[in-house]
Amino acid sequence: MKSKSVFTTACLLVAAHVFSKGAVAQDTIKVGVLHSLSGTMAISETTLKDTILMMIDAQNKKGGLLGKKLEPVVVDPASNWPLFAEKAAQLLEKDKVAVVFGCWTSVSRKSVLPVFEKDNGLLFYPVQYEGEESSKNVIYTGAAPNQQAIPAVDYLMKEVGVKRWVLEGTDYVYPRTTNKILEAYLKLKGVKPEDISINYTPFGNSDWQTRVAAIKKFGSAGKKTAVVSTINGDANVPFYKELGNQKISAEDIPVVAFSVGEEELSGVDTKPLVGELAAWNYFESISTPANKAFISQWHAFIKNPKRTTNDPMEAHYIGFNLWVKAVQKAKTTDVTKVIAALPGLETPNLTGGVAKVLPNHHITKPVYIGEVKADGQFNVVWKSAGEVPGDAWSDYLPGSKDIEADWVTLNCGNYNKVTKKCSGQNYK
Amino acid sequence: MKRLLRGAQWLLPLLALWAVLPATAQSPNDATFLSTLGELREASYSDKENIVERLSQSGHPSGRAVLTALLEDRLYFRNSDQKVFIVKTAGEDPLSLIDPLTLKSAGSTAADQLTQIGTNNGLRRVLRMALAHFGLASPDASVRLDAVREMMQSLDEPTVALLRHQMAVEKDSSVKKEIATGLALAALDGTDTKARLQAIATLKDSVSQDVRNRLALLLDKSPDGGFVETNEQVRRAAATAVASIDRSRAFYSGIETLFFGLSLGSVLVLIAMGLAITFGVMGVINMAHGELMMLGAYTTYLVQVAMPGHIGISILAAIPAAFIIAGLTGVLMERTIIRFLYGRPLETLLATFGVSLILQQSVRSIFSALNRSVVTPDWMSGSLRLNDALAITYNRLYIVIFTLIVFAVVMLVLRRTRIGLDIRAVSQNRAMAKAMGIRTEWVDAMTFGLGSGIAGVAGVALSQLTNVGPNLGQAYIIDSFLVVVFGGVGNLWGSLIGGMSMGIFNKLLEPYAGAVLAKIFVLVALILFIQIRPRGLFPPAGRASEDK
Repeated sequence: MKSKSVFTTACLLVAAHVFSKGAVAQDTIKVGVLHSLSGTMAISETTLKDTILMMIDAQNKKGGLLGKKLEPVVVDPASNWPLFAEKAAQLLEKDKVAVVFGCWTSVSRKSVLPVFEKDNGLLFYPVQYEGEESSKNVIYTGAAPNQQAIPAVDYLMKEVGVKRWVLEGTDYVYPRTTNKILEAYLKLKGVKPEDISINYTPFGNSDWQTRVAAIKKFGSAGKKTAVVSTINGDANVPFYKELGNQKISAEDIPVVAFSVGEEELSGVDTKPLVGELAAWNYFESISTPANKAFISQWHAFIKNPKRTTNDPMEAHYIGFNLWVKAVQKAKTTDVTKVIAALPGLETPNLTGGVAKVLPNHHITKPVYIGEVKADGQFNVVWKSAGEVPGDAWSDYLPGSKDIEADWVTLNCGNYNKVTKKCSGQNYK
Repeated sequence: MKRLLRGAQWLLPLLALWAVLPATAQSPNDATFLSTLGELREASYSDKENIVERLSQSGHPSGRAVLTALLEDRLYFRNSDQKVFIVKTAGEDPLSLIDPLTLKSAGSTAADQLTQIGTNNGLRRVLRMALAHFGLASPDASVRLDAVREMMQSLDEPTVALLRHQMAVEKDSSVKKEIATGLALAALDGTDTKARLQAIATLKDSVSQDVRNRLALLLDKSPDGGFVETNEQVRRAAATAVASIDRSRAFYSGIETLFFGLSLGSVLVLIAMGLAITFGVMGVINMAHGELMMLGAYTTYLVQVAMPGHIGISILAAIPAAFIIAGLTGVLMERTIIRFLYGRPLETLLATFGVSLILQQSVRSIFSALNRSVVTPDWMSGSLRLNDALAITYNRLYIVIFTLIVFAVVMLVLRRTRIGLDIRAVSQNRAMAKAMGIRTEWVDAMTFGLGSGIAGVAGVALSQLTNVGPNLGQAYIIDSFLVVVFGGVGNLWGSLIGGMSMGIFNKLLEPYAGAVLAKIFVLVALILFIQIRPRGLFPPAGRASEDK
C-alpha cells in the first residue's frame, strides 16, 4: 500500500514534469516582487523585496493561502524606469503572477501603470507619493500628501509657531507636486508669498553651501522659520552635514523631511541631525506588541539584529495582509474579484491602529512626527488623532479639488464632481 | 496656579516622610527639588518647560548637572520605584547611575529597567537658555561668550540685569563687546531718547543679522501708514545704522560666495587631478576613475572601523591607505587590461566602463547596497567664525588646503623625481624614451598607478562631503572629465585653474539661477569655450601635441 502510493506520487511528479510546467504552477500562487536590486534605488528597494519574501515565508509556514503555497517571483528592474515596464509585463504575461508588490519612485510607478491596466494586474505600491492618481489596478499603501505633508506643516504651524517656510526639494515630480500642494495650502492659511521660498536642487546634490547659507539668511528675518524638505534619499546626508557645519540647529530652524527614515539614517553619522523632524506613518521606535513582534521577525529573517525597519516596510506588511484577506474573502486569486473584495477590508497596522482600504484605493493611516535621536531612531513628538483617510486628489490644488476617485460606486479614478464626468484613467 | 497647589498638596506628606527618615538627611530645598524633578516623568513637553524653569530658579547646587543631563538625554527614571537618576554615559548597558541630589554614584541598572525622560526641540531651547545663565559664571571665556549669545535671543528683565552685572566684572574684551551689544539692544526698548541714540551708535558697527532686524523694526510702518517709531531722530539714526550694516554684510556675503566657489573648485580639482595624469598624460580614457575614488572612500570607512577609538587620526591614516589600495587597483587594471588596448581609445573606454561596473557590483556584494557611515572627526566639523556675518566651515577649509597640498606634491613628483622625469619623457616621446633605456611599460604602469592613487586620495576627501556608497564614483566622473578637457589635456596647471574657475563661476551663478540652472549654464559655457579653443585653457605645446 505504501509502496503503491510512493509509486503514484512518482508517476504524478514525472507526468507533471514531462507534460507541462503549468501543472506544477497550479499548486502554488505566484507573487511578483518588482523592486530594484541594483542601481541607485537598490539601497531602498532591496529591503522591501526582503520584507515581501519574509511575509511570504511566514504565510507559507501558516499553511499558505487557499490550500496552496505562495511562490515568490523576484525580478530586478535595476533602477531603470523603462525596464520596470518590461519586467512588469514579464511578471503579468509570462509568469502570470496573482499580485505584484513593487516600485519605489513615482516615475517607476507611472512607467508600469499602463502595463497593469492593459493586463489587468494588481500592484501594491508601498511608498509615500505625491497623489493626483488613482488606478483601478493599484492599491496605494503609502501615504498620500494629506497623510504626511499637510499634517507635518500643520504641526509646525500650530505647535512650533512657524511663520516662514522654505520648501526645499530635489528636482523631480514628487517634490514639485508636493510643494505645489503645500504652497497652495500655506497661502490658504494666510502665509504671505514673501514668506515662502521654494528651491530645487539636482539629484544627488552634494554641495549645499550656497543653499544652506541662503536658508540661514531667509531664516534670520526675525520670524520662526522651518524647512520642509522633499530632498531625495542620498542628497540628505551632505545637506544635514552642511546645516550642522554652518551651525543651524533644529532648535533654530527645524527641518521636517518626508524621505528620511530609519534606513536612510543607518548609513549616516547622526550626531549633527539630532532634533531634525520627519513625518511618517510608522516609526520603528513606536512600542506596540505588534511592532515588537514584527521587528524580531525581521531580525530573525534577515539574520542581522542591527537592521532597522521603516515606513515603506510597514506599508508592505499592511499591503500583503490586505491582499491575503481579500483573496480569502473572494476565495480566488482572480484579479478582478480580488480588487472588488479589497475596498472596506481592514487589517491592523503595526502601531496599534487599523488600516482600511478606501474606495479610492488608498488606505487609512495614522500620522506621526518624530525627532531624530542620537542613536538614529525617532522620538515621536506628535501623532494624529486616529487614522487619516488617504485622499487621492488634493483639495488644495485648483485643478484637482473637484476630482474624486471611487472604485466602488462611481467605478472611476478621476470623477469630476462639477461636470459629473469621468475622464478616463489619466488626469491631465 | 492650580497645578502648584496640587503639587503642594502631595508635597506635605512627602516632606513628612522624609522627616522620619534620618538616614537621608535632606533639607526642605532638596525635597522641593526632588519632587519638581519627579514631575518630569509624566509631564507633556510644554509642562516640562515650566518644570525646567522652576528647576533652574530653585538655586539648588545640582540644578545645573540635572539640566545638562536632561539636555544630553542622560536623565532617566527607574521603572520599579520611579526614582529619577542621571546616567553617566548614555548608550551603555547596564547604565551607571548618579544620584541627582548628591551627584554621587548610585550603582548601575540594566538599560531596560530605566525610562528616558525625553526632550524635543522647544524644550532643548529652553534648557540651553537656562544653562546659559550658569555658563555666565564659567571661567572659560568662550563658554561665557556662547552664554551671552544664547541669552541675547530673549532679553527679558532678569536676563538684562544679569548681563549688566556681568558687564561690571567681565574682563574678556570679546565677551564684553557681546554684552554691550546685548545691553544696547535692550536699551532700544527704553524711553530715554539719548540712551536709545547711544545704543544705536553702539549697534552701528555690528554685522549681526539679529541686530539689523531689530533696528529695521524701528523703521516699520504700522497698518494705518504712520511710523511705529514716533521719534524721528531715533528713526533717522536707525536708518543710517541699517544701511551701514547692510553694506558690510553684502561685502562679507561676497567673500563667502567666493569661498564657496573656491571650495567647490578645489573638490573639482581634486577629483580631476588623477584623471589629468591618466587621461592627460597617458591619453587613457578611464571610465573607472570614479570607482577608484569610491575605493578610496571605502578605504576611509575600513580604516575608521579598524581604529574605532581614534576617529580624529583615522582620516589622516586613511590617506596613504587609500593611495596604496586605489594605486594597486590601478596598476592591476593597467597590467591586465589597458596595456593591451593602447592606441584604441574606444575599446579602452568600453573596457574601463566594464571595470567600473565590476568594481561597483563587487563593492555592493561585499558591503551591501546601503551607504556606509563615515564619521566626521570633531576637528573637521563646525565652522571658523570670523565675525557675525562670516563663518567658514572647517571641512571645506581643510579640503581647500588639502587640494593645494596634493597638487604641490604631485607637481613635485613630476618635476623633481626620477619617476616624474620618466613619466614626462614617455608622454612626450615614447620611442625616444625607449631608445634612451627607459622601461616604458613599467613607467606606464607606474603612471596609471599614480593617477589612480590620487583618485583614491580624492575619495578620502569625498567621504567627508558626500555619501560613501557604490554609486559615489558615478556622481563625479563627468565633472572630472569636464575639468580636464576645460583645463587643457595634459596640463596639471590647467586642471587647477580650470577647476577653480568652474567652481567660482558655478557659485556666482547659483544664488540667481538656482543649483540646477547654474550647472546647465556652466555646461553650456564650457561647450562654447571648447568650440573656440578645442584644446582647452592651456593647450599642450610642442611636438608632443601634434602626434596625439
